[in-house]
Amino acid sequence: MPIRVSLASAVLGNEGVLLQEFLTFTLSEKINRMERRNFFKGIGAGLLAGGFLSHLSGNDLLGAAIPLPPEAYDMIAVKGGEPEVMFDKGIAAMGGMKRFVKKGQTVVVKPNIGWDVSVERGGNTNPKLVARIVKHCLDAGAKEVYTFDNTCDNWVKCYETSGIEAAVKAVGGKVVPGNTESYYKTVKIPNGRVLKEAKVHELLISADVFINVPILKHHSSAQVSIAMKNLMGIVWDRRYWHRNNLQQCIADMVTWRKPDLNVIDAYRVMMKNGPRGVSEADVTVMKSLLLSTDIVAADAAAAKLFGSEPSDIEHIKLAHEMKLGTIDLKSLNIQRITV
Amino acid sequence: MKSKTGLQIARLVVSVVVTGLIAVSFLDITASQPVWVANYGTHWQFVPSILSFLAAPAIAAGGFIIIALLTLLFGRVYCSWLCPLGFFQDVVGAVGRLFRKKKRRFQYSKPVPVLRYALLILIVVMALVGIMVPVVLTDPFSIFGRMMTHLAHPMVTGLNNLFSGWLSQADVFWLKPRTTTGFHAGAFLTGLSLTLIVGVMAFRSGRLWCNTVCPAGTLLGLISRTALWRINLDKAKCTSCGLCSSVCKAQCIDVKERKVDFDRCVGCMNCLNTCRQGGVKYEWLPKQPAPGSTKTPAMGEGRRTALKAFALLAVTVAMTKIKAATDVFSLKKAVKPNNRSHFVSPPGSLGIDRFNDVCTACHLCVSACPTRVLQPSFTEYGLKGFLQPFMDYHSNFCNFECTRCGEVCPTGAITALLPEVKKRVQTDIAHFVKENCVVNTDETSCGACSEHCPTKAVHMVEYKPGLLIPEVNDSICVGCGACEYACPTLPNRAIFVDGNLVHKVASEPENADENKEEVPEEFPF
Repeated sequence: MPIRVSLASAVLGNEGVLLQEFLTFTLSEKINRMERRNFFKGIGAGLLAGGFLSHLSGNDLLGAAIPLPPEAYDMIAVKGGEPEVMFDKGIAAMGGMKRFVKKGQTVVVKPNIGWDVSVERGGNTNPKLVARIVKHCLDAGAKEVYTFDNTCDNWVKCYETSGIEAAVKAVGGKVVPGNTESYYKTVKIPNGRVLKEAKVHELLISADVFINVPILKHHSSAQVSIAMKNLMGIVWDRRYWHRNNLQQCIADMVTWRKPDLNVIDAYRVMMKNGPRGVSEADVTVMKSLLLSTDIVAADAAAAKLFGSEPSDIEHIKLAHEMKLGTIDLKSLNIQRITV
Repeated sequence: MKSKTGLQIARLVVSVVVTGLIAVSFLDITASQPVWVANYGTHWQFVPSILSFLAAPAIAAGGFIIIALLTLLFGRVYCSWLCPLGFFQDVVGAVGRLFRKKKRRFQYSKPVPVLRYALLILIVVMALVGIMVPVVLTDPFSIFGRMMTHLAHPMVTGLNNLFSGWLSQADVFWLKPRTTTGFHAGAFLTGLSLTLIVGVMAFRSGRLWCNTVCPAGTLLGLISRTALWRINLDKAKCTSCGLCSSVCKAQCIDVKERKVDFDRCVGCMNCLNTCRQGGVKYEWLPKQPAPGSTKTPAMGEGRRTALKAFALLAVTVAMTKIKAATDVFSLKKAVKPNNRSHFVSPPGSLGIDRFNDVCTACHLCVSACPTRVLQPSFTEYGLKGFLQPFMDYHSNFCNFECTRCGEVCPTGAITALLPEVKKRVQTDIAHFVKENCVVNTDETSCGACSEHCPTKAVHMVEYKPGLLIPEVNDSICVGCGACEYACPTLPNRAIFVDGNLVHKVASEPENADENKEEVPEEFPF
């Protein structure tokens, strides 16, 4: 399915987006079934109608100008839908998961599962999004898809309360413990300015594909926690980072292995009291999603969405200076999709 | 060998179930087993039940009343039917039997009441003045608990992790690796030595521990003196052959005198079917030996016993006073460079002194704690609280949502709190040490403490342009210790918690349970 969609958008350009959205909508059996079930329940009728309307009134309809192949987009920004629906559209616009995952490859999908808080609190990546990404990887032919995080709260509780463990297992992904030091192997980080080595989860050393799935949120130490900050969950000793110029260490880690794809969950955004949050009052529902292969650009765009200037966020600025990506969003081709 | 009687089988079933429930609770490495499993097993534990009743009188907490009534009716059935340490001793005895083919395993031994009552008085008096160490070291349930927590739990965890590791090599992750309770020299050595002492005593002399040291045994023995159903030798039938006495692990059947020292009988019922003449009976109110000549010397003996007991007690109290004096000294020595005046007692314990007064250090909470923040103390509470668990924030921090320790605690030392209440209980307050803080010394960002804070009592304020530094709002700090745990500075922390002697109630942090919705009209890029 993603192939057909990407073909359609390649041939038809932005007009294709409409077709592509239509295809996603009508062809995706799962969604169809879901919609039908809701419809029969009597509560889905409005959703269905609303869905059609939003498809017809999407600003891509009028904003269509230059047709571009998916690879030409540096970033896809989606808003207005449920996390898994936005991802379907976003990844389709990027050319489908097969662009990133080849048959027989192993994949690490790394969400933020740092805290023992429910999904409404916006402390962890949305479980529906994580599960949908895992599903796309498996559909693309991945041999295994692994999910883990080196959590801050008790890992068993984080995995459970976040809903991520159950959601990922349900679609066939493997949930791997992140709390055992023996899983972490020392790697050299030659291009780091401060961080010269770190103990990294062995999955990150062995996996073919690395998909980084952070949630956008406020952070008391790093100002914001997005894609680069999410890499702190692949290392063992975080205290070292905190002792030795945290912001620089965050940027340094990116030099070791850049994620092949960054998917930023901005469905529920914790605007203050991050990264754990105190109550649901900290959270604003933005229903947005960003996809990019450029981790710095992804962070820059997400920071904007959060309401900060990327150049004011120390680790984003440092990463830009170290040429790990760009914060110059104007130089990027961004496809904006409204669901 | 005769087949087992119905009573023996019943005893076996009850003891396996009760000890099984308790053992499973202590060995629940997932820390997620339903709480009732622990509660059903521990409800019947004599000493914890008394303490739990004293801590919060409630009929529901009256397991010990039922045990006392049972003892009044049937003798010390607790010791063979419900006590997990009794079960352990029986297992040791059974194993011992495999190695020793001696036909007459036991024979009658004379009671040593001086030691027994002196110990009981000592234990009770010390507990009354708030020194729980004697109870901690003698309560059979707590001894069994520490045996499980410090000897068996690490083995089970180790096995689990071994298999978990093998499976993960094969890319299978359904068996989760778990964290052990950790190694604590004090707790481990106490656990090991008491296991050895009780084990050797059981191997050599049956229930010698129960009839010499155990306070529950001595106390229940006093009650069982007037029990209605008793083991009795039929003097007409008894030939003093000693068969019954040879299976009596309490060594309380005197075949020469043809009588049973029922005070020491542990109610195992093993003697009932041994007599070829049918002379061993378990019957309603057997005729007591006639009062008179035999009773008067017993009284005199009793007085002498009491005198000796008090002498022993006086010596021990004096010794403890000396130790109590060194206790203050050791508390001072235990003060960390972070200038902590008190270590922290678990949420639900209401205060350090109260906790020290009630806890028997069975370590069920240590086994049940999912984060392993609860660790056995050594000198953290001073000698007074030896082995009682404390919140070790260098081991981990208290999970904000978790209330497990209070739910499993059998003595009421940690009361069960509702999550909403627990989230407001202030066990201690965080103290910020600016001189140690990375933000101050290195002028780089940190804030690990504030990151982990569940109420944002530790929040970040402007220090220099572009640089934030922690600040503590005492009123909403609950003392979970996450800040101290997360603080990366060495060798001392830049933030540490100081225990509240009496726990307080923290103010409610900003707490609205609703998300705002603001989907952007246009992306800001």
